[in-house]
Amino acid sequence: MRSEDFMSDTVIKVENLSKQYQLGTIGSGTLYRDLQSWWARTRGKEDPNTKLGTWDKSQIEGDQSYWALKDVSFEVKQGDILGIIGRNGAGKSTLLKILSRVTGPTSGSIKIKGRVASLLEVGTGFHPELTGRENVYLNGTILGMRKTEIDRKFDEIVAFAEIEKFIDTPVKRYSSGMYVRLAFAVAAHLDPEILIVDEVLAVGDAAFQKKCLGKMGEISKEGRTVLFVSHNMVAIEQLCSRALLIEKGYLKQQSDNVKQVIKSYLANNSNEKQLAFWENRDGEFTNPYFHPRKFYIGDKSGKTMIMPLRNDQEIYIYIEAEIEVMDSALTVGYALYNEEGSCLYWSYQTDVSQEKWPKLCKGENVLCSQLPKHLLNEGGYRVEIIGSLHFREWLFEPSKSVPSLMIQIEGGLSDSPYNQHRRPTLLNPILQWECKPLIEREC
Amino acid sequence: MNHNHQEQWTSIIQPSNGWFDIKFKEIWNYRDLIVMMVKRDFVAFYKQTILGPLWYLLQPLFTTIVFTVIFGQIAKLPTNGLPQMLFYLSGTVMWNYFAACLNTTSNTFVANAAIFGKVYFPRLVIPIAVVITNMLSFGIQFLLFLSILLFFICQGAVPIPNLWILVTPLLLLQMGCLGLGCGIIVSSMTTKYRDLSLLITFGVQLWMYATPVAYPVSMVSGLMRWVLIVNPMTAIIEIFRYAFLGGELIPLWYWGISGTMTVILLMISIVLFSKVEKNFMDTV
Repeated sequence: MRSEDFMSDTVIKVENLSKQYQLGTIGSGTLYRDLQSWWARTRGKEDPNTKLGTWDKSQIEGDQSYWALKDVSFEVKQGDILGIIGRNGAGKSTLLKILSRVTGPTSGSIKIKGRVASLLEVGTGFHPELTGRENVYLNGTILGMRKTEIDRKFDEIVAFAEIEKFIDTPVKRYSSGMYVRLAFAVAAHLDPEILIVDEVLAVGDAAFQKKCLGKMGEISKEGRTVLFVSHNMVAIEQLCSRALLIEKGYLKQQSDNVKQVIKSYLANNSNEKQLAFWENRDGEFTNPYFHPRKFYIGDKSGKTMIMPLRNDQEIYIYIEAEIEVMDSALTVGYALYNEEGSCLYWSYQTDVSQEKWPKLCKGENVLCSQLPKHLLNEGGYRVEIIGSLHFREWLFEPSKSVPSLMIQIEGGLSDSPYNQHRRPTLLNPILQWECKPLIEREC
Repeated sequence: MNHNHQEQWTSIIQPSNGWFDIKFKEIWNYRDLIVMMVKRDFVAFYKQTILGPLWYLLQPLFTTIVFTVIFGQIAKLPTNGLPQMLFYLSGTVMWNYFAACLNTTSNTFVANAAIFGKVYFPRLVIPIAVVITNMLSFGIQFLLFLSILLFFICQGAVPIPNLWILVTPLLLLQMGCLGLGCGIIVSSMTTKYRDLSLLITFGVQLWMYATPVAYPVSMVSGLMRWVLIVNPMTAIIEIFRYAFLGGELIPLWYWGISGTMTVILLMISIVLFSKVEKNFMDTV
């Protein structure tokens, strides 16, 4: 076989893959309740233990089963970085679980060539009582390495993790940074032919994320294959050579044109959400510090506005929330993204000097902030609630399925006849210009 | 060319089919992991304890003392003329191994859900490692038994062990298989029904009283005798005792029944395990 043949080889072949979950009876967990359900059903009565939860109703069949994946087929070539995108609950995680053999498919098959490793497994099986050395071996063998293989790479792993001095200390005495470095070092030296990365960019510090991204690029340059699941569209676009869009268990789109797939994902995403009004109907995001009730775009008097908006309109962003416990470290605001998913800015109520912070009080609060006029460009934007107890914990972590709204801006770019059309820029601010004459003269 | 491709796949993921879907070759490939798991469980058990590995000795000693007081002194149960200390210790050491295997393997899936949920390796590695780990602690307890036995032999209280001691490895293997089998059956069912795990502690205790640990088979008759015969642990403990301490040997067909029971239970467990293995993450 010639080498170029090999390069274009299919390393993963997914054929008609489906995964069905049972609803209702399966979650009961005790024999007593299962018997109770069975008794009720044999008498033709309603099962007392049925629970539908938050599943999308259209995916539920008559017999209380739910298709998390339905007839998914695709191939991955060697050296590809495949991005998998889709909304939460679309079936991405199920697909990865089946690929990494954590759970089995209901029908269909996956054929794999080579060893599969997942960066999700960082630190899996670490035992706190054992030393770093013992854990390297334990973790390595869990990931499928042979002992001789670890012997060979051991020094390299320890050097990569930069913990030579502490290698014989129990890992429970490690700082979290050392722990993650060691765990990552083991995973990184597994030399898998296929690497699965699931949202790894959402965890760890910036340096760790960078290391992960770097490793992914490096791995694909060596002719290996990476599967990458993320909500971070920028990372997907930068890294991936191919993208899949999964929606409600079906493979909606797959293409080498990653931008196109991202666009249809984002377009679809916005159609299903309320355009400029969000209400907390399901009682989500409960917390005593800032429990959001409504989140909407409105005019000065708080009346909701109809899209599209003009760039010269007075647009306000409203967040209504209930506060049970006052915390002085509370910062809330919004993050603004463009259509491609790049974040343009964050804004918090605490951005101004301290004496100008809006006064919050226990009970209902309405926070409101004007969207800068003449700053954005024409096009679609997404506004997301973000908030935290400053330096303590996120209440609404950016890009983590927090409430968001879509804004459409059309027209009103400027009063100038020369600035009436959309420029290919992220922003379109109207700035002041003046002419500073070099010498005193009349024009 | 196409045919060539077919052969190159290193793994094929399919829905579980067939009743006996365990890949023994794959388990062999993961033998290093079994060794690591055994090491981990054994070492982690006594790290940060005052007495360290001594715990393995104290537990059977205390049980033996309690048995000697309750069954020997208060209830005055017969011991076939054997020294009470040795009689109870031999029963306890053997039973402990079986009970430990059964108890630990029975929550394989639930206790390891975190690892199982993230990474694939043959699931059977865990219960196998447990059986081996327990074999090590059995070894320590067995040495304790041997040294006390030696003491009694020097005193002339018991005769020198007979040739039946040569079947001891066979008895251990059978006990390991039995503990593995029963444990796996329970663990496969606890993935769906958690309340079974509550039953297990209680069940193991009950089972011990239906096994001649604290009394000899010879004192039981009638229906209870049949319970003992069907119980596969009876023959194992009685033969072990006869080999090392002498006394009465049970009819050998008891052991035949016990062996058959072990094989049947092990088969059932493997079938159940291969059914549960692939999809248990959805129900756990």
